[in-house]
Amino acid sequence: MGHGSTHYNLDQRFDFSAGVKKSIMTVLVIGAVILGAGIVLAMFGGSHDHGGETGAHAFHWYQRLFANLWINNVYFTGIAVIGVFFFAIQYAAQAGWSAPVLRIPLSFGYWLPFAAIMMIGTGLFFLVTHQFFHWTHPELFDPNHPEYDKIIDGKGNFFFWPLAKGSFPIFFIARMVIFFGFWVFFFNKLRSLSYAEDLNGGTEYWRRMRTWSALFLVFFAVSSSVSAWDWVMSIDTHWFSTMFGWYVFASWFVAGLASITLVVVFLKDNGYLPMVNENHIHDLGKFVFAFSVFWTYIWFSQFLLIYYANIPEESVYFVERLQSDVYSPFIIVNLVLNFFLPFLVLMTRDAKRHTIFLKVVCFLIILGHWFDFFLMVQPGTLGHNGGFGLMEIGMLLVYGSVVAYVVLNNLAKQNLVPKNHPMLEESYHHHI
Amino acid sequence: MERDKNFILGVFEDEDVLLDAIVKVRESGVKIHEVYSPFPVHGIDDVLGYKRSRLPIAAFLFGLLGTSLALTMQFYMMKFDWPMIIGGKDYAAVPDFVPVTFEMTVLLAAFGMVGVFMVASNLKPWANPRIFDLRITDDKHVMAIDLAVNTAIGESKVSEVLKASGASEVNKKSFE
Repeated sequence: MGHGSTHYNLDQRFDFSAGVKKSIMTVLVIGAVILGAGIVLAMFGGSHDHGGETGAHAFHWYQRLFANLWINNVYFTGIAVIGVFFFAIQYAAQAGWSAPVLRIPLSFGYWLPFAAIMMIGTGLFFLVTHQFFHWTHPELFDPNHPEYDKIIDGKGNFFFWPLAKGSFPIFFIARMVIFFGFWVFFFNKLRSLSYAEDLNGGTEYWRRMRTWSALFLVFFAVSSSVSAWDWVMSIDTHWFSTMFGWYVFASWFVAGLASITLVVVFLKDNGYLPMVNENHIHDLGKFVFAFSVFWTYIWFSQFLLIYYANIPEESVYFVERLQSDVYSPFIIVNLVLNFFLPFLVLMTRDAKRHTIFLKVVCFLIILGHWFDFFLMVQPGTLGHNGGFGLMEIGMLLVYGSVVAYVVLNNLAKQNLVPKNHPMLEESYHHHI
Repeated sequence: MERDKNFILGVFEDEDVLLDAIVKVRESGVKIHEVYSPFPVHGIDDVLGYKRSRLPIAAFLFGLLGTSLALTMQFYMMKFDWPMIIGGKDYAAVPDFVPVTFEMTVLLAAFGMVGVFMVASNLKPWANPRIFDLRITDDKHVMAIDLAVNTAIGESKVSEVLKASGASEVNKKSFE
């Protein structure tokens, strides 16, 4: 309760030491070995299909690799953009408590340019080779072809406009480029303003960041929903859900919040961020708790309406998942990791203020929401040929360690705390 | 001397002075009966040394009661009392029960928590609250000190401590 201002070393930087690099590299190598083993196993007889499959749609091992690539593309793009989103909310809401931890979510955005390359690269590859996305096949749009699909034809303009349906999906790829373009643009804007504030001080930067944050939030509100339809919902081309945009956003947001909390706790354990006390940790924990419940609410709302109405073209989505030997166990895993665990463990005040609970829960939530995307992507692309095996584990470890490397490497390049943030003093005395 | 009858009241103008005063008064060994203020003062429960509220435990238990009541009610009604097939589902279609269960949990947790709080804070409608000083509903903070608890220190010493810690007035108040 002292009234004197507190002095911390605000020029502290995260030391991306050889030790941390080595652990990330170890995970990367282990992941690569597991991934390689998974690929080899899949190439030589790992496939579930041998005799019984009809000739036209034989399953190839690389389809599973593509599906895995896409799961991680979407998942880590989400975590990266949620970092910028969280940063923007703090400014738009004029929040003071979060001032010392703002650089952590901001640094997640450094993955966005890489995510853009990965996403647009794999996206273009899928479109050109007619892999992964069912709707890329031109015969679906040809009324004279036996494979003609009236429903997909009706949705064709959403992918192919202004070109002819069945040609190159210019509208789809343009949306992807525009979304990534603007996300990276807003990230660079906020980042350069935040670093300029370090050098020059004053409240002018804070005001300008607030304006840019508000603009980004408006753009993100639309783009997050549309990207969820494009990148995930279009896999199950016939099916649609009006809640899907929210559902993907909720999954991204919880995973992003868990990642932010985990990195803050990790930094705090290593002696950084001395001004972050258990009150700040408590608030981050509340975010994780609250939005886990929010995700469950969205997940269940989508499920209940489809289950209750029981219209075949809607319920097929859950039939594919709940009545499948491959995927039905993961529905349970998904709900346990993403709802029951955070709900029951993080309910008490003490659990949110002591980092050991947060570390365990946040780690499992990050894994749990990967399973959520696994369940969104694999049933529609691989069917009963999918599953959680060596390839999935390996790809997640490889992708995750590369993202962690890029983010931490860039986090180390600037001060860990925005030292001229006008509300820093307020956040020192944050008390709940 | 009987407890809960005779009080010395320190009147404070400013909440920062009040917070410092609470620390000083407690350090001097005087036991504080209660502090009244017209608005919530941040951190006052810490300096008064109050233990954490056990209200969340009550909320959790009432919530649990709501969950069990809702599930019992729905299973009994839908499966045993008047089984009906709705939308081709089982009699006991558990997903259908979730919204009602959720609402009952929230309802009982909220009502239970408010009820427990009112009982614990003596806020029942027929309660006859003791007003130590009318100005606590307006612009003054009042620290009440029970003389019976502080007999070892003595009335004059308590007044001195209050004055020294920044009270703008020190009054006496007795209840029948």
